[in-house]
Amino acid sequence: MTAVTETPADASAPTHDTWPGLLRAEWTKIRSVRSTVWSLIAFMIVAIGFSLILAFVISNVWNQPGNHPNQVSLRTDPTSVIYGPGLGFGQLALCVLGVIVMTSEYTTGAIRSSLLAVPRRLPMLAAKAIVFAVLELVVAAITVFAVFFIVTTILHSHIVITLGQPGILRATIGGICYLAVLGLFAMAVGGLIRHTAGAIATVIGLVLVVPPLIGLIPGTIANHIHGYLPTVAGQLIGQTTQQPGDLLSPWQGFGVFCLWTVVLFAASAWLLVRRDA
Amino acid sequence: MRYYASAGILGGVSVPSGLIEARELTKRFGDKVAVNSLSFTVEPGKVTGFLGPNGAGKSTTMRLICGLDRPNAGSATIGGVRYQDLKRPLTAVGALLEARAVHPGRSARNHLLFLAQTQGIPPRRVDEVLDLVGLHDVARKRPGGFSLGMGQRLGIAAAMLGNPRVLLLDEPGNGLDPEGIRWVRTLMRQLAAEGRTVFVSSHLMSEMAVTADHLVVIGRGSLIADCSTGDFVQRSSERSVLVRTPDREQLRELITSEGGTVTGDDGPDETGGDDAVPAFVVTGLPAPRIGELAASARIVLHELTPRLPSLEEAFMEMTAGSLEYGDRSQSATGPATSAKSAGSAKSAGSAESAEEGNVR
Repeated sequence: MTAVTETPADASAPTHDTWPGLLRAEWTKIRSVRSTVWSLIAFMIVAIGFSLILAFVISNVWNQPGNHPNQVSLRTDPTSVIYGPGLGFGQLALCVLGVIVMTSEYTTGAIRSSLLAVPRRLPMLAAKAIVFAVLELVVAAITVFAVFFIVTTILHSHIVITLGQPGILRATIGGICYLAVLGLFAMAVGGLIRHTAGAIATVIGLVLVVPPLIGLIPGTIANHIHGYLPTVAGQLIGQTTQQPGDLLSPWQGFGVFCLWTVVLFAASAWLLVRRDA
Repeated sequence: MRYYASAGILGGVSVPSGLIEARELTKRFGDKVAVNSLSFTVEPGKVTGFLGPNGAGKSTTMRLICGLDRPNAGSATIGGVRYQDLKRPLTAVGALLEARAVHPGRSARNHLLFLAQTQGIPPRRVDEVLDLVGLHDVARKRPGGFSLGMGQRLGIAAAMLGNPRVLLLDEPGNGLDPEGIRWVRTLMRQLAAEGRTVFVSSHLMSEMAVTADHLVVIGRGSLIADCSTGDFVQRSSERSVLVRTPDREQLRELITSEGGTVTGDDGPDETGGDDAVPAFVVTGLPAPRIGELAASARIVLHELTPRLPSLEEAFMEMTAGSLEYGDRSQSATGPATSAKSAGSAKSAGSAESAEEGNVR
């Protein structure tokens, strides 16, 4: 009981160490739950696994007539072929993690502890976003580069693709950034909806379901809506060059995606401050 | 460590003082007014009990004090500062709230560690509070598997983490075994003796009677009483007199004709042996008047004992008109006429069973 008898500390002491402390705290939170580890492992296994399968299949059927479109794509837009399938599926794990990082605070009640510690609330959200973004960048970088080297090595006897070729490095770095922003996008939706199942359904719907449905609608208006959808625009950064029919350049597309994310994050932050916890 | 170096003697700490002040605090959820223009102060160096029937607004008031809910009007401050404006709030105020506030998959130690990191509290303090609440052996276990009592101990550890001078404890005894309840009571008394502010809500009246120096009582979001525990019981109009006589029928008629109410015919028989006559309880007449009545009719009295109500009886009387989820039929008759058998109120361990006694 000796600890109790210490004199209460002076809460007015200077707080120059607030930000490092907040970042450390969010790192402790994110590393200490199993969902983080499992989601990231799932992301890496799915992304690398699908890419391996794809590369082997393309390599095995290289000279068969049905493979002709892949051969063309690997010359005009190699990064879309390399990254498309693996990261296309793997990104769903990052969406789930992004949502859970936010909604688990609410569904478990841990938000009350978090906000008692950081009653101004926004610094908590900012620290969480920074820590999550850095974690995603590291994991996405490892995964994307692994995918690139695995796929290009397997296809090496048929076609030589290197990071030095025009557009390849930008598409690779861009793909990493896209995945990091996608996680933040999911986190913002999680902060808006606050329920895990609802938020995951919403994000997956926006990523997987809405784009092809809108793509089915003929006409220029639908075409423009489709082109500016968050992930449709965001994934342009992973293309080696702008393809015919694309409304936006890779960087413009990524900018549109970032804008979506910023708007959703601002709404999420506004609600975090306004709503009762 | 500068964290502890800044601590001086109690009086030397500038901000905040341990004084909790609620001013005209109002919170509405839709049409429902949960807290209605509530004003009170909670002083350091005392255990202040926060009482009220279920749904009276106790938890909401606690949440308003520590900034989790935003008031529609009024303010709550700690040492003159709003909770949201406190720097490193956990080092000033420790709060145990009623609702769950822990991720079930994050170990107890990591839960406390992240809280400590937000405040710049050294990690060794985490181990200190784990020792303090007796959770050291399960520090690396996930709280999803904790019992209610262990979860409550983790909540108390989090409240104590910043060595705060103000403690807000919402039903700290929830889920604790008798030994745990006694531990919390001792802890609260010790913290108050050290000059800290201890504001604790509870529905266990018997527990508050022995723990709290001061009471803030609310009903339907409004203040009913803000006074010392002793005054609260004294102020109650529900005085009763225990009477023991062999000639009960005659005395009962006399008392009733004088406006008194007789209850508890089969009341407690604690003092006498086999041949002792049963006691009954009279309300509405003071003991001297009952004695005079008995003397005038030459009735023998074996016992005539004025009794103060228990805290629970006083509480039930004061809040009878403000039960949110209780039986309101009795509130129409008013607290003054609500007869209560000493036997049933005495045996009642909780507000709910006391209500049954009240209805009779």
